[in-house]
Amino acid sequence: MWRPDWDGFTEMIQVLLQKPLRTALSGLGVGWGLFMIIITIGSANGLQNGVSQDLGDMAKNSMFMWTQSTSMPYKGFQRGRPIDLKIGDVEYLAANSRVLEVAAPQNQLGGWRGSNNVTRGLKTGAFTVFGEFPEQQLIEARPLKEGRHINARDIEDKRKIAVIGERVRDILFTKAESPIGGSIRINGVNFTVVGVFSSMRSGEDAEEDLQSIRIPFTAFNQAFHKGDEVGWLCLLFDEEVHADSAAAEIMSVLKARLSIHPNDNRAFGHWTVAREFEEIQSVFSAIRWVSFVFGGLALLAGIIGIMNIMLITVRERTNELGIRRALGATPGVVVRQIMGETLLLTTLFGLMGAILGVATIEGINALLESMPDLQGGSFRNPEVSIDIVLQSLLTMVVMGAFAGILPAFRAVSIRPVEAIRTE
Amino acid sequence: MIELKSIRKAYQTGSQSLTVLKGIDCTIEEGELVAIMGSSGSGKSTLLNVLGLLDDFDEGSYVLNGQNMDGLSEKAAARYRSDFLGFVFQSFNLISYKTALENVALPLYYQGVPRKERQARALSFLTKVGLADWAEHLPNQMSGGQKQRVAIARALIANPSVILADEPTGALDSVTSDEVMALLKEINSEGITIVVVTHENEIANQCDRIIRLKDGRIEGANA
Repeated sequence: MWRPDWDGFTEMIQVLLQKPLRTALSGLGVGWGLFMIIITIGSANGLQNGVSQDLGDMAKNSMFMWTQSTSMPYKGFQRGRPIDLKIGDVEYLAANSRVLEVAAPQNQLGGWRGSNNVTRGLKTGAFTVFGEFPEQQLIEARPLKEGRHINARDIEDKRKIAVIGERVRDILFTKAESPIGGSIRINGVNFTVVGVFSSMRSGEDAEEDLQSIRIPFTAFNQAFHKGDEVGWLCLLFDEEVHADSAAAEIMSVLKARLSIHPNDNRAFGHWTVAREFEEIQSVFSAIRWVSFVFGGLALLAGIIGIMNIMLITVRERTNELGIRRALGATPGVVVRQIMGETLLLTTLFGLMGAILGVATIEGINALLESMPDLQGGSFRNPEVSIDIVLQSLLTMVVMGAFAGILPAFRAVSIRPVEAIRTE
Repeated sequence: MIELKSIRKAYQTGSQSLTVLKGIDCTIEEGELVAIMGSSGSGKSTLLNVLGLLDDFDEGSYVLNGQNMDGLSEKAAARYRSDFLGFVFQSFNLISYKTALENVALPLYYQGVPRKERQARALSFLTKVGLADWAEHLPNQMSGGQKQRVAIARALIANPSVILADEPTGALDSVTSDEVMALLKEINSEGITIVVVTHENEIANQCDRIIRLKDGRIEGANA
């Protein structure tokens, strides 16, 4: 049965307090190592959180697809033929693809640095106008601030309604007015506002979201004379299927219908969230490994420093250890004492480094949150899981125990008679 | 109490072997106060280290308190030291960062005696050597005589059968030396066997018996 050896503990404390400066300096190495591990891992997590936030709340199994021009001649068509997507093609795709779950065609009017295209009375603004389906919410959710989203009836009846971003509301409506039921004029066509949304993304992406207006796809095509054209497709595919193979399957269905060579990879452009996510993940796991390795090396340096100091200490205390042996300390007791001192030193200072590291991370976190201007950056919620902290601490304790072995056995290898003789 | 038979001990110095003890036979009875005398190099310190189980020997036999001390492991030696022996050194060998009380209590720590009891017993032994008021002082705050009395209290605390004193007055002036010898004699009168290594005749003459060493052999014994 193990029981806490408080006497041994106070004995060790007494020894360590003998040379407070030396103890502190040698402990510093270990504390610094652990501090660095936690800071680097916390920062890596912060960067990852920031970048993940930029992706917003887009479904992991979503895909965006647009048409380009063919790069290969096929079935009598020359290369360089522009591809147009129609609603009928989307319906065909939905009926024939095995992996497709949701298809939401989108059209767009205006855009980045576009001219003023939306007016309300004397107020005007340049906004991006999207024609879309209610299913768009499944792919990129936008939280509703007031009113409602586009629904199936809106599509069916080609209703001239609009759901606007918060920024659009702020520009076109005064604080006192309720935007719901208000009328706005998009490229000369009147739409009634039925809802206001905000964004779950951050930075410029959020900015873009908030400056957009969403209207029913059917109303969009009618009002702006698009016929049955589709600008691009937002898709959700089967979660079980890997993004790359899902994209390939979906495109091959469309290629067959639109007489495009099966190997023509230029006819469609596409982008999948999963692919993006995987790339980010692999970058971050690499960063995390690097921080582990470097933090580990810092820790190792600290531990070696401790071992060194303990070896010197043992030499200096030869006489004292000899006295202890003469007074009845068995070799085992001496080994335990020296190893205990080493462990205590590493654990104590490692713990301090860890606490300081976590406190620093938390401090940075609090600082970032107190400055909303910085919220949009790619650095957000730096954090370390308790698992990582415990793992690092455990590693350090194990290494500390190893560091104690050599000094401890050096200490008992000195015969008591020699130890006492040394003055 | 102590029985030595043909104890031989050699040190290896480089390629040469230096025989320090060349067959020591002697018996020390329980309750005796014995001096070991000899010039430097006569082997008296080595003999004391062998008696104190601080050093091993090559040949012969050593019986302490009826138990054979031949070929002991370090652990067993530590046990016997703790149970039977008390040490007093010329340079006191107090632990510099421990108070007088803590120094005296240290042997009990290695016997696993609880802290409270250790301290109480240490204080009673400090009182016995007249240093109760100095319990919380560090060794460097005390005079040589005081330090040696602390060391004697430390040697006594584990209730040993034998006290081994290596030049206990070597670092002290004559007045203090007499005080320390008086203390040792008082302890001896309580029945504890004491072996004193010294090169001073005045000290040796205060003992019951003198064992003279010369070149690793016992020269003769005086009653």
